[in-house]
Amino acid sequence: MQHQVRALSRRSLLASVAALPILAVAADGATISGTVPWSPFAGEPPKPVNPLGWYFFNPSEAATVEAIVDRFIPADQLSPGGKDCGCAVFIDRQLAGSFGQASRLYTKGPFMPGLPTQGYQGDLTPAGRYRLGLQALNDYTNATYKKDFRALTGEQQDEVLAGMDNRKITLKLKPGFSTKEFFELMLQNTMEGFFADPLYGGNRNMAGWKMVGFPGARYDYRDHIGKHNVPYPKGPVSIYGLGG
Amino acid sequence: MPKKDAVIIGLGWTGAILAQQLTEAGLNVVAIERGPWRDTSTDFNIAYMQDELRYAIRKDLFLQPSVEAMTMRNSASQTALPMRDYGSFLPGNGVGGAGVHWNGHTWRFWESDFQIKTHLTQRYGGAKIKDLQLQDWGPSWSEIEPAFDRFEYLCGVSGKAGNLKGQIQPGGNPFESPRAREYPTPPMQMPYASTLFAEKMREIGLHPFPLPSSNLSQAYVNPLGVRMGQCSYCGFCERFACGNYSKASAQTTILPVLMKNPNFEARTECEVLKVNLTPDGKMARSVTYLDAQGQECEQPGDMVLLCAYGLMNVRLMLLSKIGVQYDPATAAGTVGRNYCYQTSAGARLMFEGKHFNPFIGAGSLGQTVDDFNGDAFDHSKLNFVGGAGISCSVTNGRPISNRPTMPGTPRWGKGWKQATVDGYNNSMGFGSQGSSYPVRENYLDLDPTYTDRHGRPLLRITFDFPDNDIAMSNYLSDQLEKMTKPFNAKFAAVSRLKKGWNSVPYQSTHNTGGAIMGNDPKTSAVNKYLQSWDVPNVFVVGASAFAHNAGMNPTGTVGALAFWAGEAITGKYIKSPGALVHA
Repeated sequence: MQHQVRALSRRSLLASVAALPILAVAADGATISGTVPWSPFAGEPPKPVNPLGWYFFNPSEAATVEAIVDRFIPADQLSPGGKDCGCAVFIDRQLAGSFGQASRLYTKGPFMPGLPTQGYQGDLTPAGRYRLGLQALNDYTNATYKKDFRALTGEQQDEVLAGMDNRKITLKLKPGFSTKEFFELMLQNTMEGFFADPLYGGNRNMAGWKMVGFPGARYDYRDHIGKHNVPYPKGPVSIYGLGG
Repeated sequence: MPKKDAVIIGLGWTGAILAQQLTEAGLNVVAIERGPWRDTSTDFNIAYMQDELRYAIRKDLFLQPSVEAMTMRNSASQTALPMRDYGSFLPGNGVGGAGVHWNGHTWRFWESDFQIKTHLTQRYGGAKIKDLQLQDWGPSWSEIEPAFDRFEYLCGVSGKAGNLKGQIQPGGNPFESPRAREYPTPPMQMPYASTLFAEKMREIGLHPFPLPSSNLSQAYVNPLGVRMGQCSYCGFCERFACGNYSKASAQTTILPVLMKNPNFEARTECEVLKVNLTPDGKMARSVTYLDAQGQECEQPGDMVLLCAYGLMNVRLMLLSKIGVQYDPATAAGTVGRNYCYQTSAGARLMFEGKHFNPFIGAGSLGQTVDDFNGDAFDHSKLNFVGGAGISCSVTNGRPISNRPTMPGTPRWGKGWKQATVDGYNNSMGFGSQGSSYPVRENYLDLDPTYTDRHGRPLLRITFDFPDNDIAMSNYLSDQLEKMTKPFNAKFAAVSRLKKGWNSVPYQSTHNTGGAIMGNDPKTSAVNKYLQSWDVPNVFVVGASAFAHNAGMNPTGTVGALAFWAGEAITGKYIKSPGALVHA
């Protein structure tokens, strides 16, 4: 995680300048004794993403993903569609960062085909899986419909996605990375974008939270725990204080 | 580096408890911790802890597989492959360990667990358990009960006693083993779902009680003088750290006192590579670790306490050649023996027009029935032993992960949204958390192929649910079916466990065994005081010592074992170093 990497480097920096007497520095690393170490503003608050532009996707990929998230989360009376909720922007920022690079995962070889109980065993990062998968998706729709995915009708797009979901369509990917796995990755990331805190670029105006009635980043429900079967009266709030 | 009286590997629950006991006894102690320093005000910041993506989905506080992964397979005939991401279980990282992001369910295993082989053999005969590698743990109930008491009072556990010195108490768990006194704080306030569950269970003659919780019902000052706050039912508990000083952890119960002790020091971001033994292999003399700059350091000590996560204790023993690797073909060797897990199933109920407010939750908030747990019920006509606690706990309504719908509901597109809205507030669930009993073929060893970033072999887990546990869990699912009836729900669905442990979906971070305690050095890695039979100045403390896993969360018993081992060290070992039990 980027947060974590920054946390470590900040701590290493603190250690190297021996900012506080309690954080004595020896050749053996950060040694803490005598009191609980504390310094102001040492936390790692999240940084809201810039909503403009694309950091990972090229324009064609971005348009394809916008079309996909709008089929996963269609606009209706319950919420705007996935695109307007920022789900594609969310996925783009995730793929441009630590998640996309698989920086926290075990990525050493050898890479061998596994059993379903052993999980993903391919050598592609999530970013690499999107790059390959989106190309293969458009190759498939061009071979079948003579059009890019984004140019298909909504019904055709649903047909293709359903075919990937129920294993009736096989895209040309690579060993260790199945069409079903690509579908599940996109669905999971889309739902993350719809329901994560808006600071990550999705869930715009907290539309996902409003849809289900999740009050967001509240921290105290002591006044309501005893009110059984009574709707919670307050709307959602986000970490950066966006009110509902 | 100057020699220490004791070198502790890992500063989580067990490391902090032992460090406190040993420094109180006047020893010079260093704890070496792989992960970062973490404290409430800085790292568990109340202003941004409520971030489901960062903490629950991207697992910010957990051990990263890039630092240490493990390989898994379901049987020895398969090739183990690395879990490239942790899924089924999530080990902790950093100061506080998994005790930072646990839920707070604080159970005591029962007297019949500590004497499980004796108990089941006396009640049903030895043939009943012949396919299981069950064995007694060592301590008697009267020996271990005070250690449970100490851990509960350290944490301020909120609960209701069910058995006070043999007297059954109304409102508590009638199946628990006798306790000397009441819980430190009263039960938490109950949400709607758990209250409804308790009512219905009473109607059908079962015995619901508030599940014992280390998310506190009220402010509390523990015996060390550390103050905790009342839980605010925020619904960001498991996978999160508490910003409210309401969830017991090393940070909220011990560290403020321990860190002031001049004879204690913590070294963070230092990864222990191995424990170094004397040339004859009979004593530990030091540990080798890499510091934050990647330099190799050696810390000598008179005593080494392995207090890492249980699985990592086992790996460190194997890497350091403490004890002999268990061999499933012959059942010889002890390190890696009796690896167990947890055997669970769930029920989901859907209503119309209800307001369960699932986001009003806490890690350990709910009601439990233990009528079908352990040996609380007669197994003589059943084809299994063991059982499960059944709990209706309300932990969260975080919507990336928690969007219950009934089986068959679309997961996207048309139809998905309305079903999600309907399910979110109209749904409640309860589940069985079942025992996991040891069999010969489930074990831990070092992987022959995959290595960590330092080139050391990864731990290899060979595990599947044994037939006994599948039969138990399916019997429990039958009970769950019956329990759904009195609710008159619109829909009810009950899951059934099948063979083939899957490492991908989250199940439980209750990995036990591998360095089990016992009375016989042929079948246990550590004696009843958690002292290595092979290297007597090494103690191995954690769920690695469990000879089997019960139908309960392990942390209460882990904490008790830490106090128990610490008392043995300060009360017996330091007066006369050497083997505390002669085989």
